[in-house]
Amino acid sequence: MFENFVQKRRYYYIFSGVVIGLGMLAMIFSFATSGKIFPLGVDFLGGSRFEIQFDQSVTEDQVRDVFTQNDITNPAITALRGQDLSNAWQIRTEFVDATKAHSLETALTALAPLVPGTFSVTTVSPAVGKEVTRAALAAVLVSGVVVLFYIMFAFRQVPNSFRYGACAVIAMFHDLFVIFGFAAIMGMISGWEVDALFLTGVLTVAGFSLQDTIVVFDRVRENSARKRSGSFEALVNRSVQETIKRSLITQLSAMFVLLSILLFGGESIKPFIAVLFVGLLSGTYSSIFTAVPLLVSWQEGEIPLISKPA
Amino acid sequence: MNKQRDLIWLALIILVIGGAAWVVFSDNYPVQRGLDLQGGLQVLLEADVPADQNIPREELDTARQIVDQRVNALGVTEPLVQIEGDRRILVELPGIEDPNQAISLIQETALLEFIDTGDQSLPAGTCVRTTLNNGPSRCELPVGAPIDTPIANPAPTYETVMTGAELKLAQSERNQANQYYVSFTLKPEETQFFADYTRQNQGRFLTIVFDKQVISSPRISAIISGGSGTITGNFTLEEAQKLALQLRFGSLPIPLRIESTRLVGATLGEQSVNASIRAGIAGVIMVLLFMIGYYRLPGVLAAIALLIYALLNFAVFEGLPVTLTLPAITGFLLSLGMAVDANVLVFERMKEELARGRKVSESVHSGFQRAWTSIRDSNIATLVICTILWSFGRSFGASAVQGFAITLAIGVAISMFTAVLITRTFVNLVIGGNSDWMTQHRWLLGA
Repeated sequence: MFENFVQKRRYYYIFSGVVIGLGMLAMIFSFATSGKIFPLGVDFLGGSRFEIQFDQSVTEDQVRDVFTQNDITNPAITALRGQDLSNAWQIRTEFVDATKAHSLETALTALAPLVPGTFSVTTVSPAVGKEVTRAALAAVLVSGVVVLFYIMFAFRQVPNSFRYGACAVIAMFHDLFVIFGFAAIMGMISGWEVDALFLTGVLTVAGFSLQDTIVVFDRVRENSARKRSGSFEALVNRSVQETIKRSLITQLSAMFVLLSILLFGGESIKPFIAVLFVGLLSGTYSSIFTAVPLLVSWQEGEIPLISKPA
Repeated sequence: MNKQRDLIWLALIILVIGGAAWVVFSDNYPVQRGLDLQGGLQVLLEADVPADQNIPREELDTARQIVDQRVNALGVTEPLVQIEGDRRILVELPGIEDPNQAISLIQETALLEFIDTGDQSLPAGTCVRTTLNNGPSRCELPVGAPIDTPIANPAPTYETVMTGAELKLAQSERNQANQYYVSFTLKPEETQFFADYTRQNQGRFLTIVFDKQVISSPRISAIISGGSGTITGNFTLEEAQKLALQLRFGSLPIPLRIESTRLVGATLGEQSVNASIRAGIAGVIMVLLFMIGYYRLPGVLAAIALLIYALLNFAVFEGLPVTLTLPAITGFLLSLGMAVDANVLVFERMKEELARGRKVSESVHSGFQRAWTSIRDSNIATLVICTILWSFGRSFGASAVQGFAITLAIGVAISMFTAVLITRTFVNLVIGGNSDWMTQHRWLLGA
């Protein structure tokens, strides 16, 4: 099935383009409506997030009244859905201090008794939020650069080692765009917010994406060292065929675990697991269908402006 | 010969397993459960000074110690108070009963008071109540008791004259008679008030109270008009120094403000965690079954190596210790995936070599040898990412991010040991050692 796999590279580029394009549309839509490419949580924006569960049903308006009576304008209220989450609510507000949070807890308890041990609050000052955002961007960029140099170093004996590094990094950004798009779409559908854990997911996906790419490239390196006759295309084809099983099996094992947590695990960690799941899926795809074909395109001189035949 | 070397490895591996099992099952190393596993409070404090102002490390550390002392009084089993970056202190109080009390306690900046005890000198250690935030004090309760515990004999209430915030300086000194005493200086704006007060109350006792507990009860022997005075008593050098320190640092050396708080209800956390852990275990069992079904005998050996892997990981988690949160457990599960990956790389290589008609023992050997560079390179890449993640999380106390990075990194490091060394030793002994027999029963190798 993979005999002439690299020859069909244009289709893979188109497929990736469509998937990323959909995500981009969601991001543009989100940007147009809210000014952000995906909904950001309190970790990045600052503010407070309450999670509470009443032991009887209350209406959204009742909850809203509690907050407005405590001088909090525009609380964003959503009902949480899921196993064991009946009458559970999430409320996003501006930054409130500990005293205020406590008086809100009292006021909410007066509305209806809370299920014991279910009052959770996260508050982050806007200053810290800004700093987290900066640190997050720095972390992503540093990861990209470090990894590019690492691969260049690991592949230094191969001609054009920079190309290997660059293709791996492009595949990595491919995956990042996929999960950014995913975050934007899920933000629209389910109101998921991007938090510090999302970023953790992003960097992990980046790491695993590279890992997959490295395994395939490693085979290309090994096969090209043997200096058999035949085109680079054929050599790459063979390398992919030789590693595809491993990629799929490894993928399946990670997927088993993640899917199991996604389906049966707790609510609080689901967005994180979902991001990892989609990211790993994309990572496996991109190592085979983006990084490798790109490398071939580059070697064959198909990339406009920068690419010369090797 | 090779077999001998493998046996030595086997002995070493058994030793390591024994050590790990001891750590995991001994009570000396309890599992540290993070906030999301048992509920609790996380508070990130930041020095409330202009951003461009440098904060001396000693001041930050003194502030940390004071906060540490205060939260210790709450009776939380594993409080964590640590410096994050160069201007923040992270406080984690897992399983705390009354988070609001904890927050107000941490925030309190001036717990040092001077109270009017009239003609009475109170012995050090006495608990009192004061007119400043009047009410029962922590001092009157046994350590760890909830703040609303009824108190049989309430402590008497005294009037607060002044707080530690009015002090500018305090230090221990020694007079000609070799007696130690403490000298203090008031802030200029308080000088007049204190002069008036000491004139009106000369001969009475002005008791010094730290966190509502008497540390010293000196008599006002002279009018203090110049803004500086001394506290004498039968102090030893240590006592004088300690008193001076308490006078100086009773209020925090630097003001702290709360930058972020995270309060996790115990119930929500528990439900989420139990479900996630059960699901994770189910996923891992699926993976093990798959390995065995697909790779047969090597799969069985790899599954055993994976169980050892899990044991070693938990030994490290408990021994270090690593605080386990849901993201941390996720990091571990992902690293488990990488351990599987290493085995898959090796076994796929082995099968490839077998398919090319190589002998069993040769295939085993080159499977491990050839797969090694891939395993090494990809694991190093992951470790690099973990380092970046860890420092990212570290800078603002995102313990969820840190936990994930740490367990993933530990897992990757251990996986190099188990997936390569342990599996190789097992495979060499079981399969390589019976090469001829294996050749006749190739189905056992999944080839």
